Parts: sequence; structure tokens; C-alpha cells
Amino acid sequence: MKAAFRRPESLTDVQTHYCPGCVHGIVHRITAEVIDELDLQDRAVGVASVGCSVLAYDYFDVDFQQAAHGRAPAVATGIKRVRPDASVFTYQGDGDLASIGTAEIIHAAMRGEKITVIFINNAIYGMTGGQMAPTTLRGQKTTTSPYGRDTEHSGDPIRVCEMLATLPGAVYLERTSCHDARHIMQTKRAIKKAFEVQEKGQGFAMVEVVSNCPTNWGMTPRESLEWVEENMIPYYPLGEFRSPEEVE
Amino acid sequence: MSKELVKGNEAVGEAAIRAGCRYFFGYPITPQNEIPEYISARMPEVDGVFLQAESEVAAINMVYGAGGAGGRIMTSSSSPGISLKQEGISYIAGAEVPCVIVNMIRGGPGLGTIQPAQSDYFQATKGGGHGDYRMIVLGPSNLQELVDLTYEAFDLADRYRNPVMVLGDGVMGQMMEPVVFPEMRDLDELPEKEWATTGRGQRDETNLINSLYLDPQDSYEHNMRLADKYARIKENETRFKTLHADDAEYMFVAYGTVARIVRKAIESLREEGHRVGLLRPITLWPFPDEAFEQLVEQVKGFLTVEMSTGQMFEDVRLALNGAVPAEFYGTTGGIMPDYRDVAEQMKKTMDKVGDAS
Repeated sequence: MKAAFRRPESLTDVQTHYCPGCVHGIVHRITAEVIDELDLQDRAVGVASVGCSVLAYDYFDVDFQQAAHGRAPAVATGIKRVRPDASVFTYQGDGDLASIGTAEIIHAAMRGEKITVIFINNAIYGMTGGQMAPTTLRGQKTTTSPYGRDTEHSGDPIRVCEMLATLPGAVYLERTSCHDARHIMQTKRAIKKAFEVQEKGQGFAMVEVVSNCPTNWGMTPRESLEWVEENMIPYYPLGEFRSPEEVE
Repeated sequence: MSKELVKGNEAVGEAAIRAGCRYFFGYPITPQNEIPEYISARMPEVDGVFLQAESEVAAINMVYGAGGAGGRIMTSSSSPGISLKQEGISYIAGAEVPCVIVNMIRGGPGLGTIQPAQSDYFQATKGGGHGDYRMIVLGPSNLQELVDLTYEAFDLADRYRNPVMVLGDGVMGQMMEPVVFPEMRDLDELPEKEWATTGRGQRDETNLINSLYLDPQDSYEHNMRLADKYARIKENETRFKTLHADDAEYMFVAYGTVARIVRKAIESLREEGHRVGLLRPITLWPFPDEAFEQLVEQVKGFLTVEMSTGQMFEDVRLALNGAVPAEFYGTTGGIMPDYRDVAEQMKKTMDKVGDAS
């Protein structure tokens, strides 16, 4: 009998702490599927960040290091330099990667560090209860922008893929979304490619996944996915910003 | 074994490579720049990795990752840069990642001066980062000891899965002295690190480098396990040296570069017939409390001399616990004490203690 659906080998049999409707669980699953499909479980080393995905090491059945807030790309650099044959990936949110960790992500990309970065952008600090992030949209209300993000006061949101695309070392940059099945499948293809780029030793690879936060956006899961499509994607356009074909 | 005339900072680099260090992450800051410069040239000769990080913050987190992946790792900096590394050091201590950190202290606070000081003693020995942790802190007093302690620091780090700091100062980094370098370590004989995140391979269980314990009971047990380890380190690794302990009536307490100046003061005082000696802590943490217990019967007073306004002095007073008088003399902010002033201060101490008794 052929199994139609089963837990990937690279996911542990642990119930996650993620909120109902959050796409972290989906991205975890497709990342684990990719690790299985590329036969990387024995060589993978993940780096968990600080934020909602801080406990990612409990959910992935691979070696892991837990990093300080924003420092995952530096930690991954250290691991990769000692273990060049390992498949090293970070899993970071937007507060971690696009705020406190900007120096680390830019310089890992600049060095063409041979790591894979999975960047979950949901425009808010989820774990701490919904504060404004550098990625929070114009006018978006959060617990620290209760009148909506005022760009005169806080500037316009940061587009990380576009910024990193100026760096030759960042050989693969793609922004995807998980708001429907078609886009989830595209996200999986992108994550797979980001691991393959590392396997080929081509350089730095990052997938930015435009994501939701029903709890802190104050929406139902369905409303939050619609909000992703209607508000997030127009500001954060999907697609490849750097393609490894360009550098081959 | 031939002696080589080398600069302190370069001696640190060579000692680290001979100890089997093959990964170095750092960031430029005066007065320790010759360490990364030397290593950047030397590492390729031994197939090692030198990487200049974008900041001290990134460098110490690269150390965390690389140490967690099982390598022998070093980083170096000077005071303001070491301040930036404190977050990482706390995580490294919490996750029990072995590594060696060199601090060639310059005067502070803030941007301070590039001249030598010992004013990072509190930061090094009391935990500059958050949490209930300890770091092994080694205080060499000459370049041979700097070489030998740097070499040994990697073994201590591995043995206890703990960060080890080599605490020098700007003088030590810049001066030249003849040294004998130890043997090149055979990398195949370094200890296995079965806990490292190498990729799971054939292991049944995955490995995790982590300092997060959300459940308070787990966190408590983790902290108590660390406390047991620190007690073991104190038991096994406390080191100090004495000079004229057999007949001294008064003793200096000094470490590092200052201990050299004190030796000169002792020479001149003994020529005048004063029975003075020196207690020199080599491990600043663990601090050699028991050395004082052995001396209080015989010694009438202690004079602590530091390039600070009195940081190690607090540990001296705790160790003495009021048993005999404790006096202090310090220069700070990048000024080094003159041995004549140090000798003069000891005479004042002798007068003061003598008058009181």
C-alpha cells in the first residue's frame, strides 16, 4: 500500500506551538520535505533565530544551533567554515533578519557565504506580541504603531530581497508567498533551489516568504491570507531577484 | 628548542596555531591588530580559516557557530570590542561552547585610550554578559607565559566546554621578548566532540547547541549543573605564583604586566632590607583565595597594585576577609605605575600597618 501522506523524516513528531492559521508550520513542513528529497538529513545543520521560530530545533529532526537575536547568519558562517560539507540553513523572521540582524545578513550575502536562508516576513514582531517591524506596511497598526505606521516618523518598510540583490555574492534571491496552494508549491520549489545552490557551492541563497500573523493582525486565518494577497504582495512583489543562472 | 624574539600579539597568534586552532574570527581594534594580521598570513599555511567579520558582534557569533560545530576557535579584541562581544560570550557560556577569547586591554571607559590598562578585570571575571556564568580568565605576566597559557587555553576550553579568556594588556601585545614556542599539536589527537553539530551522520540522536530553557525547572537544573562545573574548575585549575613567600612580612598582590613592575619594586625594597614578597594570581577566575589563607599567619599586610582604580582589590579583600590589613595603589586610564612609586606605596603601607599594630 502506498502512503498518500506522511510526516517528512526531517520533522520530529512534536506538536508545534504556532498559532492556528500561521504559515510557519507549512514552511517547516516543505523545508523538511526538501531536506528529505535532497537526502540532506544527515548533513543538515539548522540555525534557529529569536522570534516565533525560536524553537525550530524542536521541530526539525536535524542538528541545530540556537542563535542570538539577528545573529543566525554569523552563526551559520561559523558552522559552514568548520563543516564545509554540511548543509547549513538559517530560519529567521523579519524582526530578526531585517531589523537587529541587518549587518549579519548583508555581510553573509556580501561574502557569498554558502548557506541557505529562509526568511519569514510577516510584517510584525509575532513572539513579543505584535510590535512594529521594519517590514510593517505603511499605515499598518501594531502595538507600537497604534495609529498606523507613519512613514514621516518611522520611514518606509524595508525590502530585503531588493536590497541584497545589489550584492554579487547573493546568487539566489527569491520572494514567494504561502497564501494559497499554488504559491505554497512555488515556495517549496524556491526552498529546494536555495538548498541546491548551496550544494553546488554557488554562494548565498535566500528565500523570503511573505507570511501572515492572524493573531497579531487581529484577523481570522482566511482574512489574514487575503490580506497577504491584497496588501503585502503589492509592496513585496514576488519573484526572483537574483538567479543562479545569471552567475553560471 | 630555540628562542625567538617576537612581539606579544604575534606570539599569541603562533601559540594558538600550534595549539591546533584552525579558525579565527575577528575585527580590527588597537592595540591588538597584530593578532589578526599575523593569523591572516599564517592560517593558509596550515589550511585554517581566518575571517575578518563585519563587527565584533558577528565575530563572536561566528565563534559560537564554529565552536559548536566542533572546531578549535579563537577571537581577539581589545576593551571596547570585548564589550561588544559580551552578548555572544553569555550565549557561549550558556550553550557550553569551547573557545578562546583574547583581550589586550586598553584604557576605558567608552572609547577611552589605546594605552594599556587592567580596567576590564570586573568585566572578565564577574561576567560582562548577562546570566549566572563564569569564564576561565588567565592573566599572563610575560610573553613566554602568554604563549604557554594561550596554548593551554584551548585544552581548558575543551575539557570544561567553557569559554577561556586570555587577559593581557596593550603593553603585552606590543612588547617584544624571546620565547620558546611549544610543539605543533597533532590535530588527530585532539579530543573527540561527540556533542558538536556536524550534521547527524550515523548518530541516533541529533545534536543541539542551545542556551534556551523555557521551563524554569529545566533552567534551574541547567544553571546548577553549570555551577557544579564552575566548582570543579575552581578545585582543579586555580593557579598563582609567589615570590619570597618564605620570609615576606608584607606582600604585594599583582597580576599581568603590573606584576613585572612590582618585581622591580621588590628588588629595590629588599636591597634596603625590607622583607617583601609577591602573590601573583595567574587564574583571575578562579581567583586563588586559598593562597591568602596560607599567608595570613605570616604576612602583616597586603598591598594590591593594579592598572585600575581597584578591581582585583575587591577579590583580595574578600579572600582576606579582614584577617590582615589590605591596601591599594593603582594607576588608570592608560598610565602605567612606576616601580619607585610602587616601592614608596609599600613603605607607606608598612608604616600604616606598623603604626596600627
